Amino acid sequence: MRSLLDLARRYWATISRPSRYFSLGFLVIGGFVAGVIFWGAFNTGMELTNTEAFCTGCHEMRDNVFVELRSTIHYTNRSGVRAVCPDCHVPHNWTDKVARKMQASKEVWGKVFGTIDTREKFLDHRLELARHEWARMKANNSLECRNCHGSDYMDLTRQSPRAADMHSRFLLTGERTCIDCHKGIAHRLPDMGTALRSP
Amino acid sequence: MRIIAALLVVAGLASAPVLAQSGTVDALRGRTPVADESRPPPLGNPENKDVRRERAYSMQPPTIPHKIDNYQVDLNVNACLGCHSRGRAPVTQAVAVSVSHYMDRDGNFLAEISPRRYFCEQCHVTQVDAKPLVGNAFLDVDEVLKRAPPPARTAAKPASHP
Repeated sequence: MRSLLDLARRYWATISRPSRYFSLGFLVIGGFVAGVIFWGAFNTGMELTNTEAFCTGCHEMRDNVFVELRSTIHYTNRSGVRAVCPDCHVPHNWTDKVARKMQASKEVWGKVFGTIDTREKFLDHRLELARHEWARMKANNSLECRNCHGSDYMDLTRQSPRAADMHSRFLLTGERTCIDCHKGIAHRLPDMGTALRSP
Repeated sequence: MRIIAALLVVAGLASAPVLAQSGTVDALRGRTPVADESRPPPLGNPENKDVRRERAYSMQPPTIPHKIDNYQVDLNVNACLGCHSRGRAPVTQAVAVSVSHYMDRDGNFLAEISPRRYFCEQCHVTQVDAKPLVGNAFLDVDEVLKRAPPPARTAAKPASHP
């Protein structure tokens, strides 16, 4: 502990002293350039983890949830506009994104220790994993849905009568949010009997 | 009678050109040789009008008047019951599943949908606006009743008094 304090004191003595060899201009401009490079690298690295190729790089995602997504309308449809994993599962706002990425360190832990490395283990955990996502979307008022599906821009007259009725009764009044009714639209659902019984 | 039957067969063949051309009994394959893969017909677009249809006969399971693409019906969940179950129907204004579907084969009423009725699509199906492949002369019983000549009124015999 004492030696650690000594070390800190010595470093502080070094970095608090004015530079003897480098000009102020070099330090300012060099610091700026280094900052740009660091920031760019950090963001680019984070964006790399925000791609479908990265998500499906592990068999846990590729063989379970990604396979299920492929037959849904969010993967294949008449116009070819589609959602990739982070569109729904990572907040788009920068600070929220970093917060979610820090949370995802738990997922690295799960990967290292093989929490869901077989189909059976995945199915055992499906309810828990689904609940995390439902809770997250409920808490942010289905923000990731609304990034594309804005309720203000929905033309109810172009919807089927039952969709228009449900949306005007529950969505537009703010009584419910997207995820309340649209669970399991992109992946298979867990045992909903259990899910609804014990919250 | 035999002539009528023969005429019916001919009429049936004429209205099913695929059958007539191929000379085979398998209308689904059409003229494709057995060794080749046939080209599947384009998928229909199920009607999504949400207007209940008439039943063709009184015991017909009602057809589904909306799309059911990707509705999950398995051990984990029955997506249909998300709206049509007894408890959900008042909220969703969907047609509640008939009480008969809560009954087991011994006639006991169960709290939940009877397992033998669980897989909705065994009986209830969506419809596409497709031209029928063959003609159909089926008459609804109401129509049969309408067309039937009025029952001849037989003069009631006066009761013979002893």
